[in-house]
Amino acid sequence: MKNNAPSKYTFVELSFEKLLNIASSITLFLIGAIFITMFHSSLQAIREFGIGFITGSQWDPVADIFGALPFITGTLLTSFTALIISMVFSLSISIYISEYLNNGMFRSFLKSLIEIMAAIPSVIYGFWGLIFLVPLIRNLEMKIGVMPYGVGIFSASLVLAIMIIPYASAIIYEVMSMTPKDIKEAAYSLGANKYEVIKNIILPYVRTGIFAGIFLSLGRALGETMAVTMLIGNMNIIPENIFSPGNTLASVIVNEFAEASGDLYFSTLFEIGLILFLITLIINMAGSRIIKRMYRPAGEK
Amino acid sequence: MEKYRIYKNRLFSAVITILTVISIVPLIYILVLITMKGIGSINWDFFFNVPAPVGEGQGGISNAISGTFLLIILASFFSIPVGLLTGIFLSERAEGRFSYWVRVSADILQGIPSIVIGIIVYIWFVKQTGGFSALAGGISLAIMMLPVIIRTTQETLNLVPDSLKEASLALGVPYSITVLKVVIPAGISGIVTGILLSISRVIGEAAPLLFTAFGNPFMNMNIFKPVSAMPLIIFKYAISPFENWQNLAWGASFILIVFILVLNLFSKFVTEKWKTQF
Amino acid sequence: MENSVLNIMDFSAYYNEKKVLGNINLDFEALNVTSILGPSGCGKTTLIRCINRMHELVPKTRIQGQVLLNGINLYSMQPEIVRKKIGMVFQNPNPFPNMSIYENVISGYNLNGIKLTNFEKDRIVEETLQKVALWDEVKSDLHDRGSDLSGGQQQRLCMARALAMEPEILLLDEPTSSLDPKAVKNIEKLIYELKKSVTIILVTHSIGQAARVSDFTAFLYHGELVEYGRTKTLFTSPGDKRTEEYLTGRFS
Repeated sequence: MKNNAPSKYTFVELSFEKLLNIASSITLFLIGAIFITMFHSSLQAIREFGIGFITGSQWDPVADIFGALPFITGTLLTSFTALIISMVFSLSISIYISEYLNNGMFRSFLKSLIEIMAAIPSVIYGFWGLIFLVPLIRNLEMKIGVMPYGVGIFSASLVLAIMIIPYASAIIYEVMSMTPKDIKEAAYSLGANKYEVIKNIILPYVRTGIFAGIFLSLGRALGETMAVTMLIGNMNIIPENIFSPGNTLASVIVNEFAEASGDLYFSTLFEIGLILFLITLIINMAGSRIIKRMYRPAGEK
Repeated sequence: MEKYRIYKNRLFSAVITILTVISIVPLIYILVLITMKGIGSINWDFFFNVPAPVGEGQGGISNAISGTFLLIILASFFSIPVGLLTGIFLSERAEGRFSYWVRVSADILQGIPSIVIGIIVYIWFVKQTGGFSALAGGISLAIMMLPVIIRTTQETLNLVPDSLKEASLALGVPYSITVLKVVIPAGISGIVTGILLSISRVIGEAAPLLFTAFGNPFMNMNIFKPVSAMPLIIFKYAISPFENWQNLAWGASFILIVFILVLNLFSKFVTEKWKTQF
Repeated sequence: MENSVLNIMDFSAYYNEKKVLGNINLDFEALNVTSILGPSGCGKTTLIRCINRMHELVPKTRIQGQVLLNGINLYSMQPEIVRKKIGMVFQNPNPFPNMSIYENVISGYNLNGIKLTNFEKDRIVEETLQKVALWDEVKSDLHDRGSDLSGGQQQRLCMARALAMEPEILLLDEPTSSLDPKAVKNIEKLIYELKKSVTIILVTHSIGQAARVSDFTAFLYHGELVEYGRTKTLFTSPGDKRTEEYLTGRFS
């Protein structure tokens, strides 16, 4: 077949390359625009309060006094509490799936269950928490003698913990199943029992994976909005104890954005968003550094 | 000493098993609760009516269901073409500084909290145009779908062996046609799965819609006006004191979870049936 | 050379500014098989990829010199046109996995948007599969997947795919290195038959294969053309010391 016609595709070729470049630039452009908008909208508040914004503990829209400390505390408190609670369960699930179950229906069933857990939307977790968890916590609070709000840091942290379990679990059991069989078998053949092999061989081996899981879960927890908003009790104070109501950086935006009157008020909410954005960014980047180092073992050690 | 070791081993197994079971319990309980309460609220009315005003019966969530569909269509319209092309770009032209920064941007985009995206789109579209709109909501969701589509497309195409491309190029097929007719079809299952996954991720999001699509007690298909959505309705009615509205929230939760599960199952099916063996 | 269809003149190729082919002058006789022989890394694959202009698809490459097909410089045309005149078969069989055997054979036409009637398509598929001795084996399974065939059959399918475009020259890049001995024999037999209708350039690291199958042989070493001539002559009385050492296995 002799086809000497000049390629009618040249125009298409050039356009295709251009199209790819334009599409990719959109992502770059988007990030740039997001950063610029965040900074620009927070500018008024940044100028007004400076560093005091982060250390200020008073949030009084009427008097135009704004301090983000209650929300930073709320975010950190709920996220870390949720993280600690969830890691216990994530580790257990991962160990159970990879070491106590042989490949089979039950294993895939559990894995699917975990996927479903990750897929349930935040609002639904929040709804369930309100209906089921809050009355329980209220009873608990009455028994211990604390103000029986029901909602508060503790309730929010509990539901948050449930929500982030699947993220750490997925990474950890992935890494665990990649543990080379031969080092496990060597330990077993020396007479170690399952517990000893897990404790002394597997866990140290998957240490990096566990850290990756921690960072991933933390990143998710920090940005979680709806469930936390529904369970945290909406009080702009620094929580005095774990059962106190409070607010997080994300939940205060939800609660107050619609009523923000005046440019300064509006700007402070954006500065809160900016702080949240930066905290999540740092944690996520640290996490992906760890993950990248984790997946390089074969070639570059 | 031996006995002590055996004892520790047994204790450990027991603890691990118990903890695993405990973690699953809330999940099972949520699913069961939602199914029971949700099914109770579902009737013909539920799908075809809008929520009734307080005190006048229950009504339905037809506005929320159609609103969610409208938003997903809008979000897909914006995110799928851009995401696919960017994913193709990152897979084909992996070298260079431009490529690096695009990848970094996509990673950053993926980690932005949904509420932050919501208030940013508020500034861009709601403040400028003076009103909440489905369009603004669609754009918020599109920004959330974009990084997922980019990453799954890129990873899928990376798995397509170069030899396929070479075979096509050696036949005199131009590069763009090679990508469109050989490389992408070879990776189609991964690409479609990525899209389904990104939809499943945003269909339940409320935060990015709070100040963009805003919600609407009535049915609306005009993209320039505010629109309702299932997650918004769940949020609003869950925290309300009215039993009728709470029932609607249960029903909406049930439908939403069913949608999400169907999407996930469907994407597993796509992977099975359409996966190319190399 | 009486009837050369392809002439490589003062040709050099660079990768990352490093010279990988230096000053090649080589003529290929029409309707003959020419082997390009040499140790790993000598540039033989680069050479044939410069003939069908696949080398330039890699970034940071550069070439100098001319490659003339029937007197016309291939580097003055559009690369896609060149690749339609010159077919290539790769080391590892690579049929399109999403296409049937039938679709694989005419993929060159389909992907290039060249319209054919069903009658023409059927004819091309049957004739080409006959040429590569695959027709009898697959004629009742034409619509099965291309990748379900054995390695040797897949490679013959790839040859059919290239031949369906009626190229003037067929480039074979170590086509048998991943095949079992029986399949190798089949392909070598095929090459002997095919040269009646198409000029063949065969890259191989197997001295035996070059001896069995080719009319002319070129010996490449470190990107340079060391020696070139009729296979019989080259093998029995090589002119250059390096050729002799390679042929006797002193290095490989």
